[in-house]
Amino acid sequence: MKSKLLVFAMAVSLGMAQQSAPERRAERVQPAGEVHILHVRGPIYMLVGAGGNITVSVGQDGVLLVDTGLANMSDKVLAAVRQLQREVAANGVPNLHYGAESLSTARVILDTNAPPKPIRYIINTHVHADHTGGNEKLAKAGRTLTGGNVAGQLADASEGAAIIAQQAVLDRMSAKPATNQPAIPFDALPTETFHSDMKLSAFFNGEGVHIIHMPAAHTDGDSIVYFRGSDVISAGDVFVTTSYPFLDLERGGGINGEIDALNRILDLSIAEFRLEGGTMVIPGHGRLCDSADVAYYRDMVTIIRDRIQDMIKHDMTLEQVKAARPTLDYDPRYGSGERFIEAVYRSLSQAKK
Amino acid sequence: MSLWRRAWFVCLMAGASVPLFGQIDFSGEWAPRFYEDQPERVPGPELGDYLGLPINAAARMRADTWDASLLTLPEWQCRPHGADYIWRGPSNLTITKEVDPVTREITAFHAVWLRSVDRPVYLDNRPHPPEYANHTWAGFTTAKWDGDMLTTYVTHLKEGYIRRNGVPRSDLATLTEHWIRHEDFLTVVTIVTDPVYLTEPFIRSTDYQLDLHQHVPPYPCDIVEEVDRPRGVVPNILPGKNTFLNEFAQRHKLPPEAARGGAETMYPEYQLKMQKP
Repeated sequence: MKSKLLVFAMAVSLGMAQQSAPERRAERVQPAGEVHILHVRGPIYMLVGAGGNITVSVGQDGVLLVDTGLANMSDKVLAAVRQLQREVAANGVPNLHYGAESLSTARVILDTNAPPKPIRYIINTHVHADHTGGNEKLAKAGRTLTGGNVAGQLADASEGAAIIAQQAVLDRMSAKPATNQPAIPFDALPTETFHSDMKLSAFFNGEGVHIIHMPAAHTDGDSIVYFRGSDVISAGDVFVTTSYPFLDLERGGGINGEIDALNRILDLSIAEFRLEGGTMVIPGHGRLCDSADVAYYRDMVTIIRDRIQDMIKHDMTLEQVKAARPTLDYDPRYGSGERFIEAVYRSLSQAKK
Repeated sequence: MSLWRRAWFVCLMAGASVPLFGQIDFSGEWAPRFYEDQPERVPGPELGDYLGLPINAAARMRADTWDASLLTLPEWQCRPHGADYIWRGPSNLTITKEVDPVTREITAFHAVWLRSVDRPVYLDNRPHPPEYANHTWAGFTTAKWDGDMLTTYVTHLKEGYIRRNGVPRSDLATLTEHWIRHEDFLTVVTIVTDPVYLTEPFIRSTDYQLDLHQHVPPYPCDIVEEVDRPRGVVPNILPGKNTFLNEFAQRHKLPPEAARGGAETMYPEYQLKMQKP
């Protein structure tokens, strides 16, 4: 009996000790096909799971989206945006500053029951459908603020959010589609374009927004979007963490433009401490990053470019270059390098001519 | 006291001092002890020394083509060691503990080295971040008690290295640690699992000794232009062009293939294989 009691006591004690011990691994399992929200900084959020990553600025001036994901994910993206609008309406914006139209942060305290402000801007980082597929539906869910001559002369000027992109994006989206491909709906096309760069005319949700063209990188119409107050860069597909860069040579991409784009992101970035944090970078695909992650990626892309450049210098054919496996050391991280090798080879060979 | 009362007393005491077991204190000032690791940890490893590392061909190629001049780039001048390697650095260590003011449970330890970022080790059962969250040098660490030993699990690491001669460790790696204290000595066993560059888990142990007179000073780092080079240059050695790779094996009279590493070179049987003519 004595021994049974002691065993019982020890079991209870062990049980208590066990209860206070943490579970070892509790990583969140992500269900497939869902859109997930990650707060980045201030009014900036990252939506993951809708195709390409989507950057959202949500606050007192409304909603700005960088890219819109796949068309078939639009409803889920819109639901995620609505969720953010409700949360911001209820809780306010983290690190709120003065806005362009709302002016005073004090009003937010009083206006918590106001309906959410609309989606006002969509910025496309490039032409691909996993970043522009939701344009039509999400733009229609938004609104453009107009007045004066514009409102008087264009009856539909306030219908839908503005869609901003580099000129090449509009050119390619509005071009005659390939055989058996449907034309892109008119309402999905950019409504405002630029050539080198563009700044929103006023602060949006408390900060300046700078859209910078990256020529001949992933495509010929790439832009990155720099949120200057939050210190967040939305990079589009010039920077991804899940694969080698996809150089879309058919749409004007190229390896040296890709490297220039990565270096430009690094030029804009300042780390917070010991090369960590500070400027945060939202990639076109993959996880949230900072400048060190971009530097690793820039190193990898540059090193592989250097290797293939040297092989071309020694008159190696594409097949010989592939056989030499210049991406062998990065393949376990980024997948098969075959397509990347071919794109780099063709890109450098074109430049050589 | 009757047996029943004794049993209840034990139960009550267990409840009053939850958790009863495994609450050894790791906080304090710790000085590194190098022993047989001194050549690798202080002056640094030799180029081409991959002996005893369970690396694959991809890791070998990255190390072969690594150029130390890479560290002169502004992007890398102030890079600290990652959570797995920082134990091996020659710097002193401070561990503090975070205690919940209400429950008085230890909710976290914080480890800081001379040139590191703060590394929290959470004991409050919080979940690891989602896979799309950012990675850091310290990673994200949770821990549990295994008796007096603290076992940690680290995810969300930035890319790092398992040896300072270019042998990489990827950002997909995870780390398990065992913190063990014997009086004034601390032994930490690190187990790196890397699906990208390792074929087997890589296990190391590192020792520290309590030092009551120690205070880890600040270590600011300024990024400067160390080399005047054209914009965009990333120092690297083309595959097959590194002329220094054989020096390590030659200097130590090792078979060249042994210096190339691989899981086989971790085990004692490999010594017998090397001795065969």
